[in-house]
Amino acid sequence: MSDAHVHPRPRNPLTRYVFSTDHKVIAVQFLFSGLIFFAVGGLLAMIIRWQLAWPWRPVPILSKWLWSAPALGGQMPPEFYNKLFTMHATIMIFFVIIPILTGAFGNFLIPLMIGARDMAFPKLNMFSYWIMWPGFAFLLASFFVEGGPSEAGWTGYPPLSTDPHAAPGSLNGQTYWLLALLCAGISSLTGSINYITTVVMLRAPGMKMFRMPMTVWSLFITALLQAFALPVLTSALVMQLLDRTAGTNFFSPVGASVGNGPAVTGGGAPLLFQHLFWFYSHPAVYVMILPGMGIASDVISTFSRKPLFGYKPMVVALAAIAGLGFIVWGHHMFQSGMNPALGATFMVSTMMIALPSAIKVFNWIGTMWGGRIQYTSAMLNAMAFVSMFIIGGLSGIFMAATPVDIHIHDTYFIVGHIHYVLFGGSTFAIFAGVYYWFPKIFGRTMNEGLGKVHFLFTFIFMTGTFLFMHIVGWHGHMRRIPDPTVYEFLRAPGVVWMNQFMTICAFALGLAQVPFVLNFFYSLVAGPKAEANPWKANSLEWTTASPPPHYNFEDLPRVFHAPYEYSVPGGEEDYLPQTSPLPPNITLDPVMA
Amino acid sequence: MRYWSLIFALAAAFSVGAFAYAPFSPDWWLPNTVAEPGHVVSKAGREIDALFIIILWLTGGVFVATQAALVWAQFRYADRLDAEGKPARPARYFHGSQRLEVIWTIIPAGILVFLALYQMSTWADVKFRSAAPRTPVLAELTGRQFQWMVKYPGPDGKVGTADDLFTVNDLHLVKDETALIHLKSSDVIHSFFLPQMRIKQDAVPGMTIPVWFDCDRAGRYELACAELCGWGHYKMRGDVVVHETRAEFEAWQAAKLAEQGRSQVGEPEGETSEGDRQ
Repeated sequence: MSDAHVHPRPRNPLTRYVFSTDHKVIAVQFLFSGLIFFAVGGLLAMIIRWQLAWPWRPVPILSKWLWSAPALGGQMPPEFYNKLFTMHATIMIFFVIIPILTGAFGNFLIPLMIGARDMAFPKLNMFSYWIMWPGFAFLLASFFVEGGPSEAGWTGYPPLSTDPHAAPGSLNGQTYWLLALLCAGISSLTGSINYITTVVMLRAPGMKMFRMPMTVWSLFITALLQAFALPVLTSALVMQLLDRTAGTNFFSPVGASVGNGPAVTGGGAPLLFQHLFWFYSHPAVYVMILPGMGIASDVISTFSRKPLFGYKPMVVALAAIAGLGFIVWGHHMFQSGMNPALGATFMVSTMMIALPSAIKVFNWIGTMWGGRIQYTSAMLNAMAFVSMFIIGGLSGIFMAATPVDIHIHDTYFIVGHIHYVLFGGSTFAIFAGVYYWFPKIFGRTMNEGLGKVHFLFTFIFMTGTFLFMHIVGWHGHMRRIPDPTVYEFLRAPGVVWMNQFMTICAFALGLAQVPFVLNFFYSLVAGPKAEANPWKANSLEWTTASPPPHYNFEDLPRVFHAPYEYSVPGGEEDYLPQTSPLPPNITLDPVMA
Repeated sequence: MRYWSLIFALAAAFSVGAFAYAPFSPDWWLPNTVAEPGHVVSKAGREIDALFIIILWLTGGVFVATQAALVWAQFRYADRLDAEGKPARPARYFHGSQRLEVIWTIIPAGILVFLALYQMSTWADVKFRSAAPRTPVLAELTGRQFQWMVKYPGPDGKVGTADDLFTVNDLHLVKDETALIHLKSSDVIHSFFLPQMRIKQDAVPGMTIPVWFDCDRAGRYELACAELCGWGHYKMRGDVVVHETRAEFEAWQAAKLAEQGRSQVGEPEGETSEGDRQ
């Protein structure tokens, strides 16, 4: 079944490596820019932690050139602290986790895992990466404009973000922030259209929807989430941009005035922005966790040498999370002044979204149960994903309970929760995915020993960094304050000790990434050559060479079953690629598999 | 290889240990007064804490059970090779269990629905406007960068008249009397947060939001801003003073009013006068 539409690889290095339409090259571009911004965002977090542990103590080395106000004696200006956490969150969410999970893994894996030669719209795909660059430029340029970068938080609530007198960062930086996010949003939107079309139209013969790997399912559902939710964020950003530049009043209420500035004449509503923002940004949390769930499912099944427990229920649970994800945004606004009766309904839907998440956890443990677990770096990170996601999921129930949320809203409890989901969840999934697919992406194998050292210290210090956030949070420690000791109840020795402990663990967590960086770059150049299927896995990407040729598959593969047929009784090997038919004596449970 | 499971077990045990220790240390637990760390001063606070503890037990139980299952699976089902380098034991081949899926869907669903319904009444009591006390307003509280401006109605009981009393970052109320506050903001969004009384409500420009709470111990408490409001957000701190008796409160108010009368030169500027300019 040789395909006449195979194009040769471009010869010109510019179109081959830079302005490439090859999904694999674009994936690597997303991966590299994402990892670079990961380092930047991580360094910002270190400075945040320094300030929280030892408020106003000059930061070694950095304080000299980050804020050069001699009058302050080297101490960090409070508005600089606000810029730090604003940029930390903005970078990590919009320029690291979403681009790596959907841009890098989505791009690389979707065509390879469904047996396609490329994305449905390769040029649109190239556009979806390069539109990130104006975003990078706006983001970095905002550090050099008058007033500095945005300091209204990653949520950018007006009027703090819209009134230029409300904060130095709202002078110019906020406009750059909005433009950067618009670019990142367009990238995600064009990417998601591409992913949806590719999954629907370009599956190889025999690749029914219910034969797709969980990773593809999760990326497909994520793309649907983005396609339906991003237009709302985009309009909210444009409205805020117009409020800031064109004198509209979507979000500024009548009579509000900052300092002794002129009162606003228009009749906008600050809560409107929150509704629009969270209508996207809550689904965005699932955009950041669903692909991780898909990756963890595939890695856990492969290294348990056992079929995924409840494949179809897992798909249904993913879809349920995505569906419910659209009707829970109001739980960010329980204390916002929104009608409390509406809060009660959002509480019920939020409670319900814990259910599919719980089902997924049980299924992952069920997958490992009775398996032959191989402790590779990828598997360890995937298991850490499950272990940490349990904490992130359970802590969510506290905030879903509206009365409890009254107390813990806007405290470090929330910060702890989001980091267990986004570091414990998404980041461990990213590590698992990198260790797992590195041989396929680059054709070389990573060092397992360094991988395990990296995992061990990351896992230990992640717990040390984020666990106590829950405790200082329920003690009342507010988020987004550079100096908790202003308050008597936060001057308590126990709170100060926990803040310092978390900071020390955060530094260690940062250092724990050194083996990963070394491993990544060393293996890239000098790692042992990888075979086509180093993990003896079933899905289609392992049936082609490592790295795959430009056209992915010599002949388009024919698919006979889902990729979870491990340890099939009577088989010679303990795996059965999707391209090999099941033995005739095996019949699959139609509800589960 | 199987000993990797110990790392996971340790992390889980450490987490449980920290959370189990927390109630025994006032610094680690829900904030209460230093004098009486075991006592929650407000009625809503006691209800919220009770809910918090129920959820802590429930999630704690689920946490221990799931982590134990995970660690056991990691330990028990680790791949082991026999003397010839072949797997000592094959992996079991099955695709799931409908019965288990049904069980672990229905039980958590029941627990979650119970939680959602159980707390509804507390939420309604603390926030629904229909539950607001029918008492006169204690004060109008306006957040502005970076202060809490308090306006008491004064002797005539009405806010916005000439005898209003203005204070800054200083809210006074009476023990055991439900305090009703009208919360406003004049510039950006702030959030009125009383950690010891477990009360939080955003102050939104353009809106007037009623907030009510009580306190059964006289003393001095802290008022915090919980919503990012600019560079001085961290120091937007106020005092909340709870008086033992209404007479004591009224005496304080009269003394403050007299002080305010002395410090004013000429006519008060009226409604928009900035009472904080001292």
